[in-house]
Amino acid sequence: MIELTPAPAFAALSLPVTGAGTRIDALPPARITALAPYCGQLQALHALLGGFPEPGQVLELDGLRLVWAGRDLAFAFGEALPTGIEAHAALTDQSDGWAGLSLTGPGAEALLARRLPFDVRRMAVPGAARSLLGHMPVLVIALGRDEFELWLWRSMAACVLHHLTPV
Amino acid sequence: MRLICPCCGWRDRREFTYMGADDYLHRPVPDAPPEAWDEYLHNRTNPAGAARDLWYHDPCGTWVCITRDTITHAVTDGTRLEDAQ
Ligand SMILES: [Zn+2]
Repeated sequence: MIELTPAPAFAALSLPVTGAGTRIDALPPARITALAPYCGQLQALHALLGGFPEPGQVLELDGLRLVWAGRDLAFAFGEALPTGIEAHAALTDQSDGWAGLSLTGPGAEALLARRLPFDVRRMAVPGAARSLLGHMPVLVIALGRDEFELWLWRSMAACVLHHLTPV
Repeated sequence: MRLICPCCGWRDRREFTYMGADDYLHRPVPDAPPEAWDEYLHNRTNPAGAARDLWYHDPCGTWVCITRDTITHAVTDGTRLEDAQ
């Protein structure tokens, strides 16, 4: 069997980047599972997980972060998926398709405001939004007014970072 | 121009893909006469004033029926397609 070596998405890029009151750094790779509830299964899924995010919601559950990720779709960050969940939702392992950046500091919100076509200041905390950075799809998670996570398609990591770099 | 997505709220037009008039919601039955299919596929009213059309919100994957005014450019409503039919 071939042994594959995990490689961080931003390894070749010099991080962290600082400037404009913001520090941009790579987030450790996460186990990400897309949860798409089957027809009529939302309530059962809700009961099994202890919640399911409404549009824009982020739920911190037992060992699992559930992030709204689109219409009738949530991303589960973490390993602790309850057994039997596959009866209620289509599960897709997204882990190596995404790369995460953290943006922290008093300038983070303004930096994102210049680059995203929606008003980041109106995001709930914690809260999630899908949008485009340039032409690239992103998942924005607000953890504080000066603390954001930006999840992006791994193949576009260098391009996103280029767009974000505050100088 | 900003449109409203029922999931995401007011969003910039660049996040959306345009489909066409809401006539697409009223697909004829398979054995409808050719005139009905001709009407469905080709004929549009091109209204001055209230218009309803279909847009796709790319980031979240929601099809939206937008109500807007072609004279004033006011956008007044965005409804999920399954609720608009
Ligand atoms: Zn949306």
